[in-house]
Amino acid sequence: MSRLHDMGGRFGDGAVVPDAPDAPVFDTDWHARALAVTLACGSLGKWNIDVSRHARERLSPKDYTRFSYYEKWISALADLLVENGVLTREDLMGQGENELHALATHVLATKALKAEAVAGVLAKGGPANRDSDIAARFAVGDAVVTRHPGGSALVNGGHTRLPGYAVGARGRVMLYHGAHVLPDSSAHGLGEAPEPLYAVAFKASELWSHPEHPDDEVILDLWQSYLLPDQEC
Amino acid sequence: MPHDHSDHPHALLPPEPALRVKALETILTRKGLIDPAALDEIIDTYQNKIGPQNGARVVARAWSDPAFKAALLADADPVLADLGYYGRQGEHMVVVENTPQQHNMVVCTLCSCYPWPLLGIPPGWYKSDAYRARAVREPRKVLADFGVMLPAESAVRVWDSTAEVRYLVLPMRPARTEDMDEAALAALVSRDSMIGTALAHAPQKKSGASG
Repeated sequence: MSRLHDMGGRFGDGAVVPDAPDAPVFDTDWHARALAVTLACGSLGKWNIDVSRHARERLSPKDYTRFSYYEKWISALADLLVENGVLTREDLMGQGENELHALATHVLATKALKAEAVAGVLAKGGPANRDSDIAARFAVGDAVVTRHPGGSALVNGGHTRLPGYAVGARGRVMLYHGAHVLPDSSAHGLGEAPEPLYAVAFKASELWSHPEHPDDEVILDLWQSYLLPDQEC
Repeated sequence: MPHDHSDHPHALLPPEPALRVKALETILTRKGLIDPAALDEIIDTYQNKIGPQNGARVVARAWSDPAFKAALLADADPVLADLGYYGRQGEHMVVVENTPQQHNMVVCTLCSCYPWPLLGIPPGWYKSDAYRARAVREPRKVLADFGVMLPAESAVRVWDSTAEVRYLVLPMRPARTEDMDEAALAALVSRDSMIGTALAHAPQKKSGASG
């Protein structure tokens, strides 16, 4: 049930290589264009951030491994554009262009992000908190255990934000964030299904066979449906 | 439906990444679905307007103003909104404070979540497999890659950004900075110190100072 993006705790990736203090924000021009095209296409309103993340995650393992970061973005974007009927496969092959097509206005063209709207759109953001009918089951300090097995409970192989390394782990509620959109649902067109979200602290010794320090912790933001009360604490 | 296909549409675009981006941008522009001027504006925003200087101002203010710091740690969103630091990928902020006993570090193991309004676009290493894989399991070894050694009494808290909440580390104020104003303090606050892979810079020693 795993996908390659779920890499927390994995061995073998080698050293982290810090950048130079004067490194540019974008290494190359196409990185910047890939980010900007992806953000601009969000304004077409055909998907949300969860759908978008899942599109990157479900690149084939071979592609996920060999693609650089912004290659994943641009490739997942191309997939979303076709899957959502914005472009056709022929468009991507450069074959969707006859004179009539070129002159016809795309039905979504009115939604295209204009330069003068960019500052407002970026400043407005997309908050994920929502009102919810689901009452908070846990209080700060409560002992909890994460669902086992992990993976999406809604869609086999679907999107979820419970990393594999924290499946079936015991922790303690540290913060309550209010109710937030549930990505497991939202990524699959199943509605926002908002529910309580918590920051949960796990001792490193609960997660790893060789923790670096007895007092280290890892904190994850986890939705209520990922959690059960821990009876043994 | 998880939409797994062996024939992903992206394979129809040119394989070379720069050409792949260019091809998609051209198709979308021709259809009126994107405006190249809007792309330029997005790039300019994150290249020149929004970046770690924002976060550094917040940290310097927190070091200088105890009431501001208390409010920031208690509920960051209204405090940051007052400063104009709100927006995409920074809608729900939590600020976590480093102390001699507790060092904080931020990662996103599942993708690359990062507080854009305060730090801008994440650096390459933050998005790398090595950082995403290792930060949660061996934070001290990752810190060593950055040349940072923590004292033995320091515990590490690694925050894995699995939801839309974004975390900013409030680094410890360096010694011998009592006389510095906010602008001078902000210059000591590196981007990495607000992710937790660095400490704030020590002030430059004045010539003739006894140290």
